[in-house]
Amino acid sequence: MDRKVVFNQKLLPYLLLLPQMAITLVFFFWPAGQAVWFAFLRQDAFGIRTTFVGFENFTDLFADPLYLDTIRNTAVFSTGVTILALAVALLLAVLADRQIRGATGYRTLLIWPYAIAPAIAAVLWIFLFHPSIGLIGRALNDAGLPFDYKLNGNQAMLVVILASAWKQVSYNFIFFLAGLQSIPKAVLEAAAIDGARATRRFWTIIFPLLSPTTFFLLVVNLVYAFFDTFGVIDALTKGGPAKATETLIYRAYVDGRVNLDLGSSSAQSVVLMIVVILLTAIQFRYVERRVHY
Amino acid sequence: MHRRSLLAGAAALGFAAPAAVRAQARTEIQFWHAMPGVLGEIVAEQVKRFNDSQASVTVVPSFKGSYTDAMTGAIAAWRAGNPPHIVQVFEVGTATMMSAGPAIRPVHELLAQSGVALDPKRYLAGVRGYYSDTQGRLISMPHNSSSAIMWINLDAFEKAGLSTTDLPKTWKQIRAAAEKIKAANAAPVAVTTSWPTWVMFEQMAAMHDVPFATLSNGFEGLGAELRLTSPLFVKQVEYLLALQKDGMFRYGGRDNAADGLFVSGEAAVSFMSSSLRARVGKEAKFKWASVPLPYHDDVIATPKNGVLGGASLWTLTSKTRTPAEYKGVAEFFRSISDVDQDLWWHKATGYVPITLAAYEKAKAEGYYTQNPGADAAILQLSRAEPTPNSAGFRLGGMVEIRNIIQEELEKALQGQQGATAALESANRRGNVVLRNFERANKA
Repeated sequence: MDRKVVFNQKLLPYLLLLPQMAITLVFFFWPAGQAVWFAFLRQDAFGIRTTFVGFENFTDLFADPLYLDTIRNTAVFSTGVTILALAVALLLAVLADRQIRGATGYRTLLIWPYAIAPAIAAVLWIFLFHPSIGLIGRALNDAGLPFDYKLNGNQAMLVVILASAWKQVSYNFIFFLAGLQSIPKAVLEAAAIDGARATRRFWTIIFPLLSPTTFFLLVVNLVYAFFDTFGVIDALTKGGPAKATETLIYRAYVDGRVNLDLGSSSAQSVVLMIVVILLTAIQFRYVERRVHY
Repeated sequence: MHRRSLLAGAAALGFAAPAAVRAQARTEIQFWHAMPGVLGEIVAEQVKRFNDSQASVTVVPSFKGSYTDAMTGAIAAWRAGNPPHIVQVFEVGTATMMSAGPAIRPVHELLAQSGVALDPKRYLAGVRGYYSDTQGRLISMPHNSSSAIMWINLDAFEKAGLSTTDLPKTWKQIRAAAEKIKAANAAPVAVTTSWPTWVMFEQMAAMHDVPFATLSNGFEGLGAELRLTSPLFVKQVEYLLALQKDGMFRYGGRDNAADGLFVSGEAAVSFMSSSLRARVGKEAKFKWASVPLPYHDDVIATPKNGVLGGASLWTLTSKTRTPAEYKGVAEFFRSISDVDQDLWWHKATGYVPITLAAYEKAKAEGYYTQNPGADAAILQLSRAEPTPNSAGFRLGGMVEIRNIIQEELEKALQGQQGATAALESANRRGNVVLRNFERANKA
């Protein structure tokens, strides 16, 4: 079902494309190009003394064991956030999809967290987990379970994963709910008549039919965990303790903005850029092919 | 009719406006700062006092976020060719600013060119030293200076049966007091600290006259190397680790994250900035005291001066700046160095006065007898003639070095490594930062 608009002349379509092209060039290609160029330079904060150093920023980066730790942290963090956010959202969506009283109310409430700014979300989690002022943090410590995410790296990682996943659950929930509602009722009823119980119906019918949605969300959540969790980490742990929650994007920020090492920060941005390009390529190659609108 | 009179009015305004501007012709000076909340309002008042005092210059203050935000923002603005005239930069950014060559105008040069006379001797020695070059010439303008001091919850001390007048002076006495506080369960946390690097490393190095880095802590050149593995630092870190092991020390996080532990009454002893005086006075629901930092009496008999914290004002250059604008900046600097202005600032903010005269005047007025402990930071900053080890720090990438030390200290407190390993690792990583800075800033 292709819809095609035919233009009589070539000028108008190009003219219509122009604003978008201009915005893309000025706000995306120009800064990205500058980051790539800076990645090969070494300069002071003010850019007064600049030397071309070739691939040195990159070799320094991958020779740094702490950068490799950061890559490992990012892997743990993104996997944790993605799995948790998808699993919880799917569970909630399945529950909210039932015929229950006040379903719309539940759904609206579940979508709320998405509207909260990352820094605010982080503050809410501080009030829960802070070892001396947080509700849960205090309760754990009073119960004899030493909990201090400001000093314990694993606990810190857990807290940032929870806070980041919580923010993404709403987004996933909307997509899963829409996915569930588009599954034909006839198929499910037929299975029920054949004697399949709810669990079996879920794993053999619903889950496979949801797979395009799940796959799409998987990529979106990975991208979110990679690039959009800066605010949560900055407000909760600042990458600490002892770099335990420092992800690739956070390190690029610290090196560029706090440590004023633009060369290294740009090199890290280029590495991240390659990661996005790969993720986007995967999305277009596999996901677009399997999602049926 | 109505419309016509409106038009006439607009026309009159249109003609009158340029004339009014010409009549006043005030030079506008942009001033970027990083003082939030109440402090920001006091900065606005400081500026207003200057603006009202003369007819030729208007300083326009703008709050730019954190210290890091203000500094990186100003650097980006300079790179884009449109920097503010004045930017407030925290003390650890000093070396970066100082190596910025053509981007900054040193204060002594600015004053000389503008014909404004300000004797550097009017500033407190500890304040002056931090912002001067090796020839003793002022590079940036002292603005808000503080120091780290010891804060004591006197209620907790009383509960533990400790004296509330004869307070601990050495780390040994702190340990003894902490043991009593723990035994009497007088406070959930006996000891904590804000600014782990500033207090436990920078202040201790200065007070015990031990180098933090070679070449007079970097004052004499970019080739300085860290000396973090020296016995004093090993002793200090081992002291903290032992205190933590015995349940008397709680790590409260980096930078000022631990401030709340003391203010809430949870910690009996903490080491925080003297600029917290206003907040503690308002929020603490217990009796408290602020005194100079403790020292190791088996390392030094009488401790040297501590180092300052806070920020100074830097003059940025631009191709389009006129001499009148630079003169305006100089006039503003003279205004904040004025005795009464400085005294007002000191009392309003809790920062130390930057001039000797203001300190003397506050003393003569009996300000410190009415507000005991308000002079702890001043005493600590000025109790000795600064040595090369206690004049301050001029190390490139100091922000990063501070974070590296905090990270390695955190690893030690987590039990992942001992004191020596932590310090060796911090030393190695910190020196990489210094070498990179040296390379990037060599002419």
